[in-house]
Amino acid sequence: MENSRFLVSSSPHIRSGESTRRIMMDVAIALLPALFAGIWFFGLRALWLTLVAVGFAVASEIAMQKLMKRPVTVSDFSAVVTGLLIAFNVPSTLPLWMVAIGAMFAIVIAKHCFGGVGHNFINPALAARAVLLASWPVDMTSWVQPGVDAVATTTPLAILKGTEAVNQVLPNVMDLFVGNVGGCIGETSALALLIGGLYLLYRRVISYRIPVTYIATVGILAFVFSGFDLTYIPYHILAGGLLLGAIFMATDYSSSPMTAKGQVIFAIGCGLLTTVIRFYGGYPEGVSYSILLMNIATPLIDRFTLPRKFGGVKKSA
Amino acid sequence: MSLYKDFSNGIIKENPVLRLVLGTCPTLAVTTAVFNGIGMGLAATAVLVGSNLIISLIKKIVPNEVRIPVYVIVIASFVTIVQMLIKAYSPELDKQLGIFIPLIVVNCIIFARAESFAAKNPPLNSIMDGIGMGLGFTLALVIISTFREVLGAGTFFGMQIFGAGFKPALVMILPPGGFLVFGLTIAAVNKLTASKKA
Repeated sequence: MENSRFLVSSSPHIRSGESTRRIMMDVAIALLPALFAGIWFFGLRALWLTLVAVGFAVASEIAMQKLMKRPVTVSDFSAVVTGLLIAFNVPSTLPLWMVAIGAMFAIVIAKHCFGGVGHNFINPALAARAVLLASWPVDMTSWVQPGVDAVATTTPLAILKGTEAVNQVLPNVMDLFVGNVGGCIGETSALALLIGGLYLLYRRVISYRIPVTYIATVGILAFVFSGFDLTYIPYHILAGGLLLGAIFMATDYSSSPMTAKGQVIFAIGCGLLTTVIRFYGGYPEGVSYSILLMNIATPLIDRFTLPRKFGGVKKSA
Repeated sequence: MSLYKDFSNGIIKENPVLRLVLGTCPTLAVTTAVFNGIGMGLAATAVLVGSNLIISLIKKIVPNEVRIPVYVIVIASFVTIVQMLIKAYSPELDKQLGIFIPLIVVNCIIFARAESFAAKNPPLNSIMDGIGMGLGFTLALVIISTFREVLGAGTFFGMQIFGAGFKPALVMILPPGGFLVFGLTIAAVNKLTASKKA
């Protein structure tokens, strides 16, 4: 948004008080409940990981913009949000230097190599997660049970899939809802994420289209794929990164479609890929990959859902 | 002078991988280890020198309409020779490179040099061009595979270079790492050569 005052956009020329800074601050505020939940369940280590991720994201942004001789826009909070989201996407046992590498990758490669804020074609935090997961698969899936004992455990989705030891039992739905289960720092507490999501909806930072369509698609498909078993629905919606992904990451402005119809297509695609990966893929969880794949499809979706100009004539194909 | 120019052209100025972005498939596929990169680079160089020489010699007698099939036969003969040599003297490299040795037949660097250089220039210049392009290809492979092997496996030429505490970033030896290092290397070369001109 560096040169925005030289660009003339199409009508209507209505000014709004919105700015990248205000939007990103709202997102950061909306992420706070999940951060508190993460610290509550996984201890102070969750806080250190978050601070390292945010610190490295901000520092990489400053370094990158100085290096490329561009105005430093770190005060727009977008790097802070990226850092928070990266920390939310890793388990609390991850070594600090790994999350630092993730933060640097997100900002330097996924964001600034493609033009900086507003130009990234994929969500930087998810790109970082994908790189970390591909690089250090063991460290990225070392889950611990919430609580002081830090007992090694697994995620509810892994138990559902049956890829982990058989003596693990599924947690009850209430534990899933408040977040008292194994998982990444910011993904386990559905309650905290929903509070953040409602705040963003209230502030009109996001629209309901992507999160609601995404979550509903996953719910319906989980019901169908499981052979019409109703008990699967709450687990597939509340467990794993679905709420975090649907509310905070699939709604990223620059990597999701602009048109309303496009956003619905995008969200259905995310939901379909997520459930297919969860049921038939090699991983127990598929939210991050499905959002990344749909990010890449976004320009195509935007092209196909371009609204017809007022008074325009339908093109004869 | 002109011979030297033809030789040095392929190393930096028109590096087949980093400037012309040719031969991307073998570049991404074999650069998981420095050993493979050098092996692939030298095998391609041998084929390139041989095919450039022969094509330059026969350019007058080959009818224009059938030149591509003729080139394929020339290149395939050299690839077969090289493959047999590698099988005989370095079975380990043969196992590592696998299908990518026979695939040199359709390597676009070799075709590009045959079409754009050997078919228009005298034999000696074509040999120099083949050596230069081949070394440029090898150089690019070595640069890319060094980054990938050191970061992705913690080794260089198969030797451990970090302590036991080092946790290599597996992604670097997986396909995404190949694209990443490839892109960043091209960016770095562009940056370095651009600042020289200015």
